[in-house]
Amino acid sequence: MELMVNGEAHSVEAPDDMPLLWVLRDMLDIKGPKFGCGVGACGACTVLIAGEPVRSCVMVVADVEGAITTIEGLPEGERLHRVQQAWIKHEVPQCGYCQAGQILTAVAFLERNPEPTDADIDAEMTNLCRCGTYPRLRAAIKTAAGMEG
Amino acid sequence: MGKIAKYTRRGFMGLGIAAAGGLAVGYYYYKKPYPNPLPDRLEPGHFSFTPYVIIGTDGAITIITPRAEMGQGTHTTLAAFVAEELDVDMNQITTDHGPAAPVYYNTAAMAEGGPHPFFEDGFVAEALRSAMGVLGKFLALQITGGSTAMIDGFDKMREAGAMAREVLKMAAAARWGVSLELLTTASGEVLHPDGTRLGYGDIAAEAALLEAPKSVVLKDPSEWRILGKSQTRVELLDKVTGAPIFGIDVELPDMLHATVAMAPRFGTKPLSADKAAALATPGVLNVVEISTATVTGFAVIASNTWAAFEGARALAPTWGAASYPNDSAGLTALFERALEDEASFTFGGEGDAIEALQGATDVIEARYSVPYLAHTTMEPMNATAQLQNGKLQLWVGTQAPGLAKMVAADLLGIDADNVEVVTTRMGGGFGRRAEVDAAVYAALVAAETGGRPVKVTWSREEDIRHDAFRPMSLAHLRGTIKDGMPEALDMKVAAPSILKSLLARTFPSMNSPGNERAILDGAFDQPYSWPHARFAAHQVDTDIPVGFWRSVGYSGNGFIFESFLDELAASGGQDPLEMRLAMMKDPRHAPAREVLKAVAEMASWGQSLPEGVGQGIAHVLSFGTWVAEVVQVDMRSGAVKIDKVWAAADPGLVLDPANFSDQISSGIIYGLSAAIGQQITFSDGMVEQENFYDYDALRMAGCPEIEVALLENSPRMGGAGEPGTPPVAAALGNAIFAASGQRLRALPFGNAVGFDLG
Repeated sequence: MELMVNGEAHSVEAPDDMPLLWVLRDMLDIKGPKFGCGVGACGACTVLIAGEPVRSCVMVVADVEGAITTIEGLPEGERLHRVQQAWIKHEVPQCGYCQAGQILTAVAFLERNPEPTDADIDAEMTNLCRCGTYPRLRAAIKTAAGMEG
Repeated sequence: MGKIAKYTRRGFMGLGIAAAGGLAVGYYYYKKPYPNPLPDRLEPGHFSFTPYVIIGTDGAITIITPRAEMGQGTHTTLAAFVAEELDVDMNQITTDHGPAAPVYYNTAAMAEGGPHPFFEDGFVAEALRSAMGVLGKFLALQITGGSTAMIDGFDKMREAGAMAREVLKMAAAARWGVSLELLTTASGEVLHPDGTRLGYGDIAAEAALLEAPKSVVLKDPSEWRILGKSQTRVELLDKVTGAPIFGIDVELPDMLHATVAMAPRFGTKPLSADKAAALATPGVLNVVEISTATVTGFAVIASNTWAAFEGARALAPTWGAASYPNDSAGLTALFERALEDEASFTFGGEGDAIEALQGATDVIEARYSVPYLAHTTMEPMNATAQLQNGKLQLWVGTQAPGLAKMVAADLLGIDADNVEVVTTRMGGGFGRRAEVDAAVYAALVAAETGGRPVKVTWSREEDIRHDAFRPMSLAHLRGTIKDGMPEALDMKVAAPSILKSLLARTFPSMNSPGNERAILDGAFDQPYSWPHARFAAHQVDTDIPVGFWRSVGYSGNGFIFESFLDELAASGGQDPLEMRLAMMKDPRHAPAREVLKAVAEMASWGQSLPEGVGQGIAHVLSFGTWVAEVVQVDMRSGAVKIDKVWAAADPGLVLDPANFSDQISSGIIYGLSAAIGQQITFSDGMVEQENFYDYDALRMAGCPEIEVALLENSPRMGGAGEPGTPPVAAALGNAIFAASGQRLRALPFGNAVGFDLG
């Protein structure tokens, strides 16, 4: 089957019911999406499909419709996305394992809602972070939105 | 981003490994320095100065930071020790975990292992600290744990930086033909008084030939440019660009994938398994049985991770009966019986609590419990291994590379000299990665792949159900009050020994480790003066593996002891803060008083709050850091809403204020997650929980605002990663009591009250 990932076309031979996460990681060597739970409960595997955040560990590859963006495809050339820049400004990551998923979730969310309230952030940013970077995640989202922080 | 890829590759390839390092353990080594393992491993044009500094003729500077980077920022501060003295800027260096080698032993990890409180500085305590440090070197423990990395690295890594700086100056002095005293250094260059400069890379080859000075003078803290100031994390860019830096990201030519299905009833063997069904799963290549000293199970080898997971599901093994009670009720009964038995040992204590309680009329009595807990690091357990020509290569995110090397070599029947460990970055550790199971299983699977490398990734279910759990414990406390103040305390704790469990699975031939202070940590060693106190351990061991969970014994006893103090305060009609301050009589308790007073001021302790809103306070000294916390809850809706958490922490010396504060905050959130909802329970001899849907942690919406203040009154340096965790469950429970009058004595609180998590 054909997959468009980060602007590049890939042809893969994978079982229809194989989750997109493992196609990306084990077949295409795209390691940005992380394995965290396998049941769509933590969000570490989040990628964008046609701009929408999707938990790729529970998205079977045959059902993928649209171009896929992973963290590797987020910068424009050498220039980091403004959400990544905000993450750097606030030094959000600790272990860093969940952050690709957090960043992509925030990118999609800010596209839909450029001026989020704290309640909006609470409702949309549901990915798990075991290091507890939530206070800095919140501040970085506000900075990326050009609000404060 | 070519630069990132190059760095990452370097990280995984180690240092251009040429040969395996020696693991020399001998009694005479405790006086002799271990050899520098770097020269055998260097790329051409690179030179090592001490085991911590590599300089290339191209000017590249690598600092070996031999403690596990699992999110706590240890690489940044360890690199800062070297950079400070080497006179290089933080943006001029890269860091690397370095190889597993005995020179990187952690002296401090063993130093607080004896049965004395941190503030005890008498001869015996000091002698024991020193002896335990020697033991750490003797065993060459290159471990990351006990929040000790900074304490251990503070002197030796600054000295390494100064040593390297001095030889570079000597080389420049020789090249220029000037006196050494005339030269200075800055930003990776040696400066001649006439303004001429030589980059470190330009003189690295010459400097490497010189003998290092016997001693060096370290900078006075007033001269520090880097230490004491917040630094940008060295791996920040990698972590916002999704660079493949974790163990699970290792990719090698011709690599196979695998997963494991180990006995879910601990210590049992398989009765049956449907190997044919597993092998019929598309992509599955082989099913092999693997076993260690304490664990038996299967590995499913496949062409990709998902196929391995599917194969393991199809395998559907069945297992023998457990040696321990089958369910949580049975385990509770077993622990309760242990409480009725005679004490295994006591630590600390004052006066005669038993006599004081005998015949006392108004005894305050309570039973507390804490559950088994899993760590749930974001990155599930995994490791990659390749066994070729009797040599094993391991790529693994580990807090104990030296231990992984020893145990893997032993199980494969090869010499430890033939094992090389490449330590990757870790998606969380929290003590879980001090276990060597993931590395060892990978090594055993690699023996079945005909020399091909194999990455073994655990499913989340396997990760949660096969942890080395935070021990369950039950406590029985009795206390009396005299003139409003605590008079006597008898605290009995029934819990298993972590070290005994650890030894059984790693060094089964070794003897019992003796009395384990973790069973009583967080109670016997706290900065309070009692007329009468007794702290008794009732050790109760089972085959359920227990291990080091962020703050270890302090995680459970901090809650139990500081909650019961709150009960004594209520019984005596005392303010919980004032009562604690009054009990901290010894001058050595002063840092505790200061953090309590600081946090009380931050939280406006004592203010009038609406009915249904309450504040709780707790203090725990752990890993050398004094931490007081106040939690405020609002229960007016019926559910518990956590408004805010305030913390004041004193580690003696704050090396990186932003990172230290983030670690305290991280520890608080980790502790709140557990206090609110986490528990590992048993049914049919197996762990009941499976994944984040039944073993969750705080998310953004439920995370309260957290405010942290740092103090520097303590006379000795303390740790950062763990001390934020222990006080928070007690502070939360005490706040719930203040808001509602309901005293919660069992974790997690979510079993008894509802929480509003947004």
